[in-house]
Amino acid sequence: MVAHLLSLKWRLLLNGFRRSPWQIVGIVAGALYAAGLVLSAVVGLVALRWADPQTAQTVVVLGGALAVTGWAVIPLVTSAADLTLDPSRFATSAIPIRDLLPGLALAGLLGLPGIATLIAALGTVATWSRGFVPAAGALVGAVLGVLSCVVASKVVTTAVSSLLSSRRFKDISSILFVIPLVLAGPIVTAVVGGVGDSRDYLPELAAVVSWTPLGAAWSLGGELDAGNAAAAGVKLLIALASLAVLGSAWYLLLGRAMVTPAYAGGGSGKAGKAGLFGIFPATPAGAVAARSLTYWMRDPRYAGSLVVVPLLPVLFYFIGSQNGNQDLLIVVAPMTAFLLAWSISADVSYDNTAFALHLATGVRGRDDRLGRALACLSFALPLVLLFAVGSAAATGRWEWLPNILGSSLGTLFTGLGLASVVSARWTSAVPAPGESPFKKPPGNTAQTLLVQFAGMGVMAVLLLPEIAMVVTQAVTGQAAFSWIGLAAGPVFGVGFFVAGIRLGGRWLDRRGPEMFAQLADNR
Amino acid sequence: MIPPEIGGRYAGSMSVPSPGYPAPEPHPGAAPYPVTGPHPGPTEHPGPAGYPSPAVPALALRGLAKRFGDKIAVNGISLDVPAGSFYGVVGPNGAGKTTLLSMATGLLRPDYGTAFIHGVDVWARPLEAKKLMGILPDGVRLFDRLSGEQLLSYAGLLRGMDRAVVQSRAGELLAALDLSKDAGTLVVDYSAGMRKKIALASALIHAPRLLVLDEPFESVDPVSAANIRGILEQYVASGGTVIVSSHVMDLVQRMCDHVAVVAAGRVLAAGTVEEVRAGATLEERFVALVGGGTRAEGLEWLRTF
Repeated sequence: MVAHLLSLKWRLLLNGFRRSPWQIVGIVAGALYAAGLVLSAVVGLVALRWADPQTAQTVVVLGGALAVTGWAVIPLVTSAADLTLDPSRFATSAIPIRDLLPGLALAGLLGLPGIATLIAALGTVATWSRGFVPAAGALVGAVLGVLSCVVASKVVTTAVSSLLSSRRFKDISSILFVIPLVLAGPIVTAVVGGVGDSRDYLPELAAVVSWTPLGAAWSLGGELDAGNAAAAGVKLLIALASLAVLGSAWYLLLGRAMVTPAYAGGGSGKAGKAGLFGIFPATPAGAVAARSLTYWMRDPRYAGSLVVVPLLPVLFYFIGSQNGNQDLLIVVAPMTAFLLAWSISADVSYDNTAFALHLATGVRGRDDRLGRALACLSFALPLVLLFAVGSAAATGRWEWLPNILGSSLGTLFTGLGLASVVSARWTSAVPAPGESPFKKPPGNTAQTLLVQFAGMGVMAVLLLPEIAMVVTQAVTGQAAFSWIGLAAGPVFGVGFFVAGIRLGGRWLDRRGPEMFAQLADNR
Repeated sequence: MIPPEIGGRYAGSMSVPSPGYPAPEPHPGAAPYPVTGPHPGPTEHPGPAGYPSPAVPALALRGLAKRFGDKIAVNGISLDVPAGSFYGVVGPNGAGKTTLLSMATGLLRPDYGTAFIHGVDVWARPLEAKKLMGILPDGVRLFDRLSGEQLLSYAGLLRGMDRAVVQSRAGELLAALDLSKDAGTLVVDYSAGMRKKIALASALIHAPRLLVLDEPFESVDPVSAANIRGILEQYVASGGTVIVSSHVMDLVQRMCDHVAVVAAGRVLAAGTVEEVRAGATLEERFVALVGGGTRAEGLEWLRTF
């Protein structure tokens, strides 16, 4: 079974190369990057062989704990979970989970991050090659540590992907629930990084971490080197126990995922609940806006892109608290405006072939564009205003508020206009409706990347007036430019917004069937 | 394979454009792509129209053709669907039925030819043409994060209808299709048959003059199918026109008054059901026309359990 799964994963990896040359480019770039990282890590670890034991132990334990945390958290934040061996695909093949688990775990190692982690972890054996016993302990620790990384990652992705695609979390509550989960990573790293400034604190931190599941396995070599056989024994037990707990959690989650179809029913509802359709005006554009906003709340794919928004101020706050200067916070509002506006640049692709309804009803392109933009605007506008005022209050730099308001509004409207044009003409590879937002989307990844980068380039050009005002104020320190910025942003923004809706609408009117054909191809 | 005279006779005599109608371009009914089958194009037997055509057909196809890469899906189909008819389009899998109906309804741009809905060119005046028809495409997703009721409202409002009218019609349609108790359930939780029904309701909400339904009975249970048939027959009786594609011959023979047999992207026969089946059952005629019927030889192992 293990051999089968490994060869399956290997085959899937190779076939991925065959699909598009871009994938090879991507993997080669990734491999070079990983090789560089791994090489420097291994060189560093070998060099630690001659460092004093406390420094070596601190670096190994903290590095190992960071690796475990990273494996658990990074797939969440980057939505890049490796689901090539999605356990739900084995649901029909009647493989006992007991046989499936080891195979899936080892297959999880077969990939760039897995191989890189393994090599770096084996580097710790070199660090502790100060005697046979410490080296053996480090080897055991490295194996246990790497296994913990993989299993922790599997537990988190299995739990969260079933959570996010389970229909109980279809409403706004799901987003609220996911936020702390996603924030956990940055908060922890920021805290660790923040206190890490005080150097003498690190060995203490390492000593504490080495008693937790995160660091226990990595500390084995160091403890044995220091001759603390009892401590090493306890830590070995901690490492084994946490691996066992993680493994059984994974076992349970996987068992549940295998018997729970992606959508296990929802309550049957009574008629008479028009929802947002009763609130928005009864026009085609109003209907599109009501439908889009409903999707923002109910579709995990949209909810997933919303999750980043509350993350931004927190992230910048922690970066600021490390520098002791919170001025960077004023970037949050324009950045949020950009993220939210740009998020509808693949809106038609998210519709998938359901777009046929728009085509069949003959809704005009302008109404289609306007409705989607209004849905996004309805929550993006208050949020951006709030962030702009909030960041000015937090930094106390009120002289920047007019300029920040102007450039945020300019970014929001310009972005919505540009996204309306982009999504009317090009389709992107996005997860299909009902699929996990963590799933790697099928379709033309190269075109998606090209469209995204070109779109952002155009966006930067369109935003030149706003950028100019911000830069001028920063250079001259004249508050007058702030007020010019406040005027320029909305004027240019609304201009580009109207133009974008018009142009996108015209393109969609003309090329609706071609868009639909592309969507049907990508499906 | 098909005897040439059958293909020629039927195709020639029944799918001729009605007189007084915009002349198709460039050659009426000619196949723009080379025809590989033994059946000649309709123009070679121009003969008189097989039945008296009303002044303006509900749907008139003129030389529609489409190729996907090397595969010619539809190869020059011209067809008149008289107003008030219940028209079946039958053909084996991969015959080009879905491609044909997609081109007729404005979902797929044809390489050649065009379609007219009650005289309105679908590809020259799409917005006008789409007001006249309701369509049920096959193999297409729905906006399934809406409840059934919301999806119906959405379809109505997208067409610019009044909110009150949409609401009352949505209620009646849900009741007629036996979906009232699931009106507030999200469409993603519907069964396959219920999805077909809610999609059909979305196609009906603006009271179209022409209904184009691609495989409307697929995965629909017999009770619901009878229910849908009743609604469609009533609709035809009150002057509407229905086109259904199907490969269930029996259903088409019982339900439709006209039928077109499509295979390999060509119309092999078209006309009233009586004309096309010519005394035999529709299924027998279909098999004779399409030329299937390979005997199940070489599967002896299937009998040696």
